[in-house]
Amino acid sequence: MAQTLAQKLVARAAGREQVTPGEIVTCKVDLAMVHDSSGPRRLKPRLERLGAKVWDPSKVVVITDHYLPAYDDESRKIIQIARDWVKEAGVSAFYDAQGICHVVLPERGHLRPGMFAVGGDSHSPTGGAFATYMFGIGATEMLGVMVTGEIWLKVPHTIAMDFDGGLSPGVSAKDVMLFLIGRFGMDGGQYQAVEYRGPAIRALSMQERMTLCNMTAELGGQTGLIASDSVTEEFLKKKIEIWDSDPDAPLLAHHKFDAGELAPQVAAPHSPANTRAVGEFREKVDLAYIGACTGAKLDDLRMAASVLKGRKSKVRLLVAPASLRDQQAAEKEGTLGILLDAGAELLANSCGMCAGYGENLLPDGAVAISTTARNFKGRMGSASAQVYLASPYTVAASAVAGRIADPRELLA
Amino acid sequence: MKAWVFGDNVDTDAIAPGRYMKSAIEEIAKHCLESVSPSFASSVEKGDFVVGGRNFGAGSSREQAPEALKHLGVAVLVAQSFAGLFYRNAINLGLPALACAQAKRIRQGDLLKVDPLGGTIENLTTGETLECEPIPPFLMSIIRDGGLLPHLEKRLARTA
Repeated sequence: MAQTLAQKLVARAAGREQVTPGEIVTCKVDLAMVHDSSGPRRLKPRLERLGAKVWDPSKVVVITDHYLPAYDDESRKIIQIARDWVKEAGVSAFYDAQGICHVVLPERGHLRPGMFAVGGDSHSPTGGAFATYMFGIGATEMLGVMVTGEIWLKVPHTIAMDFDGGLSPGVSAKDVMLFLIGRFGMDGGQYQAVEYRGPAIRALSMQERMTLCNMTAELGGQTGLIASDSVTEEFLKKKIEIWDSDPDAPLLAHHKFDAGELAPQVAAPHSPANTRAVGEFREKVDLAYIGACTGAKLDDLRMAASVLKGRKSKVRLLVAPASLRDQQAAEKEGTLGILLDAGAELLANSCGMCAGYGENLLPDGAVAISTTARNFKGRMGSASAQVYLASPYTVAASAVAGRIADPRELLA
Repeated sequence: MKAWVFGDNVDTDAIAPGRYMKSAIEEIAKHCLESVSPSFASSVEKGDFVVGGRNFGAGSSREQAPEALKHLGVAVLVAQSFAGLFYRNAINLGLPALACAQAKRIRQGDLLKVDPLGGTIENLTTGETLECEPIPPFLMSIIRDGGLLPHLEKRLARTA
């Protein structure tokens, strides 16, 4: 019987020829990723209570990104636990202050098509851009994986999001996701697999594909998947297997769109589903934030720079590049210089304000526009702050205008 | 015990705000749902029920969200639907989460009697009985052990 990409990936991990959506299977985990907040500080005491060891330290990746830069005794302690634990547990894949886990993981070559992986963070579906079945789990479930190397899964149905044509200039993967979340809601993914396909998706870079899979979390899917192809191979710089859905595999839903018709999108407070086209907004903003795994990868910084080149931000503009390597690449090619010339303040390569961690939080009454994934009330600071979500293009254009603005006018 | 009723898409930042995430669960629990219902954390009583609309627990993987609700004494979570990741976390912490298509028929303060295994909710205030999706037996076995950690403890003891 014809199988979807999701079914094929789950079947491989479950040691089966085929699987059927809805059945419960046990999968062997190829890779488990944790960060400082959900990882060692919660795993260590529980592993000790169980008197258990990590099932296979070579399959574990630890990345510090939440409590960086450490700013008080508690955050310093959390980071230190991570540094001590990797030695104790024999984990060699440890990336300390190198950037946000979802960006660092593929950047350092840990993902490849065909894998089955879990992450201790809700944006773990990002890995699905590499045709890896990857999803987020909580710390206790991660403990179960660390001890047994296995996890149960209800085999997902697949919802296909099929984009024909190509995105217009000034429109990006972030706009695609805000549009889909607005259209289908935060539970539109029904905790199933969402597969992005079609010529417009094939034309996207790996980091843009990562943005699609990343925000599958806000769409309510368990994972977001994209078939592997030459773009995947080029990014990973090694020969890969092609993993794709069979053309006639049954789908839960097949939604077709013309990518060329999509305008830049903005999600108003306090939900990523509260989305309309940029033209319907004129609100003044007093802060623009370019950060997070969703919105501050090298490609995101380039988008912002294409708008900000030769211009100044009218409002406070904060840039927290998603990884150190991406920041260094942006510096080398001049992208970072453009952002700094526009008045950007550079922040650490960590989750920071997006997750409401650290010292930079939105004050009472602040109105911000942000490249991040979530604008829940109070998430980025004060509960009276208003956060609009948009693409790096739109955030940059809004910084220049001091109000929400359509980037296509500045790119023309 | 009584029901505390919330709307659709109650998110994990509301249940366990990020800025308290470095603190112990006692501190996080004090701020549980404060942005939606400021008196909830101080007024909820042991054995009460939290009733949500669609997609309860949307957002983060932080299991401090169900952990805070459990810490406050909430006995069972009921919602029209749950965010998948939150649902797994709740079960893994030994907190029953019951999906009930008719959850919106429950009003704030209604007295309920909930049977997670049988999948029924008796509303003692209105006299109604609501049908729910029963929690699958293999997940109920995790809940009965008190969560995945004690469940694993038992499993490891058996194989030792």
